[in-house]
Amino acid sequence: MSNWEILWSSRDVFLDGFYNTLQLFGISAVLAFLLGAALVFLLEGSRPRLRIPLRIFIDGMRMLPFLILAYLLYYGLPSAGIRMSAWYAGLTALVLYHGAYFAEILRGCRTTFAQGQVEAAIAQGFSLPGMFLRIILPQLILKTRGLMGNQLIILLKDTAFLVIITVRELTAAANSLSSTYFIPMEAFIVVIGFYWLISIGLEQFIKLIGRYGAKRGFENA
Amino acid sequence: MPETAAVSIRKLSKSFDGTEVLRDVSLEVKPGEVVSILGSSGSGKSTLLRCINWLEQPDRGDIHIDGDRIGVSDSGKAMSRRELASMRARLGMVFQGFNLWPHLSVVRNVTEAPIHVLGLSKAQAEERAMALLEKVGMVEKRDDYPYTLSGGQKQRVAIARALAMQPKVMLFDEPTSALDPELVGEVLGVIKDLSKEGYTMVLVTHEMEFARAVSDQVVFLDKGIIIEKSHPSEFFVNPKTDRVRRFLELEAPVV
Repeated sequence: MSNWEILWSSRDVFLDGFYNTLQLFGISAVLAFLLGAALVFLLEGSRPRLRIPLRIFIDGMRMLPFLILAYLLYYGLPSAGIRMSAWYAGLTALVLYHGAYFAEILRGCRTTFAQGQVEAAIAQGFSLPGMFLRIILPQLILKTRGLMGNQLIILLKDTAFLVIITVRELTAAANSLSSTYFIPMEAFIVVIGFYWLISIGLEQFIKLIGRYGAKRGFENA
Repeated sequence: MPETAAVSIRKLSKSFDGTEVLRDVSLEVKPGEVVSILGSSGSGKSTLLRCINWLEQPDRGDIHIDGDRIGVSDSGKAMSRRELASMRARLGMVFQGFNLWPHLSVVRNVTEAPIHVLGLSKAQAEERAMALLEKVGMVEKRDDYPYTLSGGQKQRVAIARALAMQPKVMLFDEPTSALDPELVGEVLGVIKDLSKEGYTMVLVTHEMEFARAVSDQVVFLDKGIIIEKSHPSEFFVNPKTDRVRRFLELEAPVV
């Protein structure tokens, strides 16, 4: 049997890993975005007591290597009595870490947002959440789509770190096949293909947002 | 019983960083009345207008909209955001810079607040929006996005957007100052039509001829003080103060 045939016969392992990676990526991308948006909304309001802890959280996350955070949640927290499965610890790490980055991307864009549009919304009687959701956030998304796309790619690649805390994702699948049959070259090439597949899908999604934006005059954003 | 004023401003004062921009300003706007606020730049006229819907908070004095005080609740405390929002929804505001929301189509700019602030159904809001877009001559552009419109078209949409809340009073903050000269007429035409329909309006403007034609009352602000308040036939023909006379000579040379 050739090396490729060995991999083909173990395709279930790959597909399982692919499915897990896709799931982790999809769920954490959505939750991290929601967390980032929520953080920016909370920074928006006039709640100075909240501002400082939020800033500390965002900056703290950005100063931390992702792997350390994953270690901390999976190996560190049990000593504090909090025990999560590897999958949940991995997901939590992805959401917290990338949520902070999403917050920073959106916040940076928010500071350049035209104040007149905000005044128009206030003058029309919008509540703060209503204004954020309907007037501000959609435009922040259109304007930051490039940066968001980058961040999502980084998020995807960070899922590979989770092999170290025993999450059974794509890289873990390749790892186990390569060591079982000692065919690292072929196993990792296959895995690259799978990551590409997700990246291409992601790129199409960002392009879709781009087209939506271009129709509204946001193409130079 | 006297008629309740649409807007009643009493002894309003406002400072920015120690500079007094409004001093003891009082003004009554009756229902159906059109009041123009004139003055050179920096005289406080935009600030006065922005105090009416609490975009700026005055330091002293009070403002009543249709008999209800804005900014301060009955208990004497500052209004909650919710109370303030519902007061603001009773006032329509048109800005110098249009301030349309670029991610929404023309019709959605007009329906957004009626749906999400007033709670109208989408169908009701669209019906109302189409009637207003018809009024400002923008029906064909209903599905276009703001960036494709000229300044005059944007401002007409902004007027429709403000009207869609069915406000008690319309506030115009230099609505034509950001427009190319050839586009000023279409916007003034719309505002003039509104005045004929009996809308109550307060407008800050530099268009003297226009103010003269539409106003029931002209107010002149100088360094934060109202120094003249009269009917346009009086104001433009027989100004009481030298300050206004000089202003009129510069702004609107006698034809």
